[in-house]
Amino acid sequence: MITFDGVTKLYGETKAVDALSLAVQPGEMLMLVGASGSGKSTALKLMNRLEDCSLGTIRLDGDDISRMPVDALRRRMGYAIQSVGLFPHWTVARNIGTVPRLLGWPRAKIAERVRELLLLVQLDPDVIGTRFPHQLSGGQQQRVGVARALAADPDVLLMDEPFGALDPITRGVLQRELLRIHRRTGKTIIFVTHDVNEALMLGTRIALLDHGRLVQIGTPLKLLASPANAFVRAFLGGDDYGLKLLTVESVSSRVRAGETAPGAPVVASASLRHALSEMVSRGTDRLAVVDDDGVPLGVVGLAGLVRG
Amino acid sequence: MSDVSTSPRWNPVQTLLLVVAVAGAASLAIVAHAKNRLLSGAPIGLWSAVHLSDATLPVVLFGGAGVVLAIVPLLRRPTLYWLAPPAAGGVIAGLSWIAGRCADALAASSPAMARTSLGAGYWIVVVCALLAAADAVSRLRLRALPSLLAGTVALLPLAALIAIGVTDQLSIMREYDGQRDAFLAALLRHIELVAGAVIPAALIGIPLGIAAHRRAHVRRIVFPSLNILQTIPSLAMFGLLLAPLSRLAEAMPALGRIGISGVGPAPAVIALVLYALLPIVRNTAAGLAGVPASVLDAARGMGMSRRQSLWQVEVPLALPLVLAGLRIAVVQAVGLASVAALIGAGGLGAIMFQGLFADALDLVLLGAIPVVLLATVVDGLLKALAAASQPRAA
Repeated sequence: MITFDGVTKLYGETKAVDALSLAVQPGEMLMLVGASGSGKSTALKLMNRLEDCSLGTIRLDGDDISRMPVDALRRRMGYAIQSVGLFPHWTVARNIGTVPRLLGWPRAKIAERVRELLLLVQLDPDVIGTRFPHQLSGGQQQRVGVARALAADPDVLLMDEPFGALDPITRGVLQRELLRIHRRTGKTIIFVTHDVNEALMLGTRIALLDHGRLVQIGTPLKLLASPANAFVRAFLGGDDYGLKLLTVESVSSRVRAGETAPGAPVVASASLRHALSEMVSRGTDRLAVVDDDGVPLGVVGLAGLVRG
Repeated sequence: MSDVSTSPRWNPVQTLLLVVAVAGAASLAIVAHAKNRLLSGAPIGLWSAVHLSDATLPVVLFGGAGVVLAIVPLLRRPTLYWLAPPAAGGVIAGLSWIAGRCADALAASSPAMARTSLGAGYWIVVVCALLAAADAVSRLRLRALPSLLAGTVALLPLAALIAIGVTDQLSIMREYDGQRDAFLAALLRHIELVAGAVIPAALIGIPLGIAAHRRAHVRRIVFPSLNILQTIPSLAMFGLLLAPLSRLAEAMPALGRIGISGVGPAPAVIALVLYALLPIVRNTAAGLAGVPASVLDAARGMGMSRRQSLWQVEVPLALPLVLAGLRIAVVQAVGLASVAALIGAGGLGAIMFQGLFADALDLVLLGAIPVVLLATVVDGLLKALAAASQPRAA
């Protein structure tokens, strides 16, 4: 677990991060959200000491990180960035094996781990592993970047707008993959983004920053349903506040059990926004709902979707 | 098969070379005959030389290869450009053969002091043939090593003729014959001077380049100093080192005994090291500066120490530029080492200056041609090495 306790980062007179206190829960995906200059990226870099705190302390599992050997600290935290930063003179496999090699893992164990990670990020180890970064598409490079960040099985994954430079379709695919990887690995992920939709879709919780200060922290639903102030509502909601609400709630919360409806069912874990979209496109106001294994759970109706 | 559909194109470079070569061969002397090495000789043009040489094979080789070399750039298939280096080799060998037989014929009817030297027409044809071959090879877009091999092919036939003694009576070969031991010693000394300068320059320059990249204050001192050093004329530099080194040797006789004095190889090597530093330091620093910021960020963020980041990431990525700097330094040192002969350092420059002072052009050429060949070969080899150090691409 990572805790920020009154952390301030000064650049000259400017407070990039201002008295930030928060606790990252183990296994959650915490989104640090804000406009440019809100201090979200600086806050992330304070955690692996790419920047050092001017005031306050950050603790990892109770230990003050400023007292830890910096390289050892960084090797415990995966790090993925928007520009990916793959080493161009190394193959994909060698890139992914970077931190395990630094940690002195045996060669065979590294090779096995690389293979496992390439499969996890859905790249073919036999085809992609021997390629060089410049031979990959942008999306493939970022998959490799994520695999490299996960390589040494770190406690924490730090991601600095990792999907910001990708086209919308690739970004959507990788966001869903990250959710899947998060569910499978249970890693604590701290994810910086300025994209509200990305934050709402991925976050277990969202921390909204403004001018270095924490404005509000909570689940996506909480921030949307009870924003602390007008800034939070404006930042998160924008023009389609209602649709955003539908984004963060799943169908499972509105199922009426014991009923049935014709047509292809939706899964209970899908968002209400998806359910609404299905209703509009099929011209119906009732959809059958099933769980992940296809077992019928009931129906979701337009009225229930709207009124909650 | 898109390359087949391209129509023959008029190539201005090749046309110019052809015109110059034909004009040179037709109007200027192929060989010149003189009573001794100090007099300028009577010019003998291509037509007279062909008559004098009195053999069909060299003329057929020269003419045939010349036609091939002239036609190659007009062909539709770029793969046929491969014919240019051997064709150039044929032109050069054919003309050398004709010249060699002329010299044989003239030597038989003249006193021993008489000299048959190569004329302006010969050199123009040789240079044009080499340039034509180089132009054709450059259109093949080869890697460095095949380019070097293509260059070798153009000179191989001539080397064979020299080896079997066809050119023995030409004045340049008679000079070589008289200087054989001195020539080989000079060549070896020249290579020693270059290696003795570039190896220490690399050992100093690469760490200095790394330091200059990392620390602004090092950069602020190093680059202006090296830039100023580079602008000092080489002769002046040798002169400037003369006084302090001889005083040093006087003050410490032990230094004198290991060969350090105002004249000779010691000041030459020091001056060459100083000249070699700038390209090495500058390219090392530029190579490191060219490593993308995102890559450095990732290296740091993943917990590489500064040393690990430097040796595992930054230096390998800077290597092609570092090697390019080394290549510039070596080629420059090969040339500058010739001047070092003036302060008694020896090397091929000694032969050149001996020729200059004795007004014996052939002796100058005997020193100059190996310098050019040496620089070209080293340049090609280091280019190949730099290409091999690039991250492989599929």
